[in-house]
Amino acid sequence: MKVRTKFFAAIKDIVGASEVELDLSPGITAGDLFQSYCRRHPPLERYANNIMISVNLEFVPPETRLDDGDEIAFIPPVSGGSRGDRGHHHDRHR
Amino acid sequence: MIDIVETDLELEPLVQHVRKNSNGAVVTFLGVVRGFSRGRNVLYLEYEAYRDMAIRKMHQVADEAREKWAIDDIAMLHRVGHLEVGERSVAIAVGAPHRKVAFEACEYAIDRLKEIVPIWKKEVWEGGEAWIDDRP
Repeated sequence: MKVRTKFFAAIKDIVGASEVELDLSPGITAGDLFQSYCRRHPPLERYANNIMISVNLEFVPPETRLDDGDEIAFIPPVSGGSRGDRGHHHDRHR
Repeated sequence: MIDIVETDLELEPLVQHVRKNSNGAVVTFLGVVRGFSRGRNVLYLEYEAYRDMAIRKMHQVADEAREKWAIDDIAMLHRVGHLEVGERSVAIAVGAPHRKVAFEACEYAIDRLKEIVPIWKKEVWEGGEAWIDDRP
């Protein structure tokens, strides 16, 4: 299955790309994909605890399974100290 | 009126957008690029947005404010790209029948925007630059 991954701000600088098309095996989760990027780009690991992941423009929990055609983004923190309820997981919009 | 733009922001169009005969109060917020941050003189800022998601999340913020305070009228614009010190990065206007609600909803809108809208800023100073985690 093919997915598109987008990178922004500090994450984009570490990965060295703003957008990548990937061919993945079914069953992979959004969190798995982030972990695989961490292995390839170790400086990403410092974001592991506060990265937010979006699929098709909505925040999702890391255990969300990816589907063909999904657009994924790793969202570095947009707000410093007060994290509010950014950890709140919204339903995916399909 | 909700959008992400690359040009200078003016409050007046937002005020016009939320000014109605039923609204006795209009409260506005303007975010401005500070020339001094974290002990350094800032040369300029670069704002970057995940545009499609940011616009969607700005609509979510507006919908939340409308629901929470039973208001109709809220306008939000965020600028991206290269911003000089003193330039306006974000503008919000809320119209409501009474001022208390307008103040509260406007404060909520800017706080919530900073939480869930994927827009980042990079500070550039003499000899360095860094992505900043809190905006603007």
